[in-house]
Amino acid sequence: MAIGTPKPPRRGIRRKPPPPPGEQQNGRPPAKEQAAEVGTDVVGWVDERTGASGFLRGFMFRKVPKGTNWFYTLGSATMFAFLSQAVTGVFLAMYYEPDPNRAYDSVQHITNDVFLGSLVRGMHRWGATVMIVLVFLHMARVFFFGAYKYPRELNWVIGVVLLVLTMAMGLTGYLLPFDQRSFWATVVAVNITGTGPVVGPYLADFLRAGPEFGATTLSRFYAIHMLVIPVLIAALIGAHLYLVAKLGTTAPPWIKAKMPEPVDKERV
Amino acid sequence: MADGTSISGSDPNGADGAPNGAQRPGGGRVAAAAHQPESYPLGKAKMPGSFEGETVTRRGLFSAGAAAAGGIAGAAILLPAIGFAVGPVFDEEDVEWRTVGFVNEFTADNYIPGVISLVSGLGEAGKTTVYVRKTNPALPGEKPGGFVAMSTRCAHLGCPVRWVSPAERFVCPCHGGVYDFQGLVVGGPPVRPLDRFETRVKGREVQIGRRYSVNSDLKRYSPRDPGEPLDGLWQYLYPKRFTTPAPS
Repeated sequence: MAIGTPKPPRRGIRRKPPPPPGEQQNGRPPAKEQAAEVGTDVVGWVDERTGASGFLRGFMFRKVPKGTNWFYTLGSATMFAFLSQAVTGVFLAMYYEPDPNRAYDSVQHITNDVFLGSLVRGMHRWGATVMIVLVFLHMARVFFFGAYKYPRELNWVIGVVLLVLTMAMGLTGYLLPFDQRSFWATVVAVNITGTGPVVGPYLADFLRAGPEFGATTLSRFYAIHMLVIPVLIAALIGAHLYLVAKLGTTAPPWIKAKMPEPVDKERV
Repeated sequence: MADGTSISGSDPNGADGAPNGAQRPGGGRVAAAAHQPESYPLGKAKMPGSFEGETVTRRGLFSAGAAAAGGIAGAAILLPAIGFAVGPVFDEEDVEWRTVGFVNEFTADNYIPGVISLVSGLGEAGKTTVYVRKTNPALPGEKPGGFVAMSTRCAHLGCPVRWVSPAERFVCPCHGGVYDFQGLVVGGPPVRPLDRFETRVKGREVQIGRRYSVNSDLKRYSPRDPGEPLDGLWQYLYPKRFTTPAPS
């Protein structure tokens, strides 16, 4: 093996054993030794009161099957794309104004005037595309590796809900720059929603807050985009990760299970 | 019960249990219990730990009570919030009449574009173009003296259509929907004719009122969203909404 794998930490926080009674010097160790112990002391203080190290050890140092490869990082990549969207989105909200008369100007202000505004907006805008791509790659990995099978069906279902929520994020976020493209794209998208039989017309009215694209449609989309769906996505990612840690990952389909060697009756 | 008849002193089910109970007035309860064990409360009830006649345990009652209290508290927060968000679905739109031009500006054989403010508070995005003409008795279903105000909202997915006068066609730029002079579909994906607006004449001004949709026989319906057909059974699959008034 070329690269050494990290060893899991030993159970409990390692503290330096106290000096034997005969070697006590003035009652306190030197300041340098005290400073070196600060990190251990703080972590130990928290761990003693939360028991977090046991949970983290089980969560971070899981056993993975033979054949685990780079495709297994797509799920984490998707999660980090979501985190990037969350962080940049929070900061964009400091300058964005969800008012139909102000939205376009505020986006222009972010792009052209605010320090690093074009970078942060660009990260959010392109990060959205990256996240959609990663979600589909992750889904393809799970599908082609057969990782959706028993006992992981529920995790597949949660993943599909997350896919739908991610698409809803894309839809609601597309309106926010409030230029011609986003306005008409939203008009078309809401009208597609309206073509659902029986409930479609009412759903469309709910999305628009009325029979026409109105003054509160933008703020409605904004609230859904930055409050409703992110909370749902974060909660479902938590459930998704819990099940991954609980059930473990699958080996790639080309890894054969090692069967126990047949017992030679004559030798027994 | 301090002496010989106490429970600890003798076996109530024993041979001399009954005489003991009969001899001493204080021992009557013990004796009755001994002779009629089926009336003894504990052990006969249906639920473990409960007394006879009880249908719910103390623990069960308190659990249900806590769940009910939590449910009521949660509903008190959730229901108003949901109602707040869903409210606009049940809010009927107000009728506004907006002037689009003077009576003598319009003819019966061509459309004149006018701009009206369809939605207030939305700035430029709330304005829309309306194509207006006088009614033409030569066309089926039209009486003289009225006005036709054609909506530019494509019946496919809601893009704005344009009146191309030389071809006498409305053309949609998005997916190629084409409509004739009366707004009937002659090509492309639209599922019903173009919507129209109610019109009235006030003084010398032509005014535009509420939107209404039509099926391919130009029969009036309350306004439907684009992409929703109105012929035959389709009108029942895409019902009238609460936000829009019925056509007059």
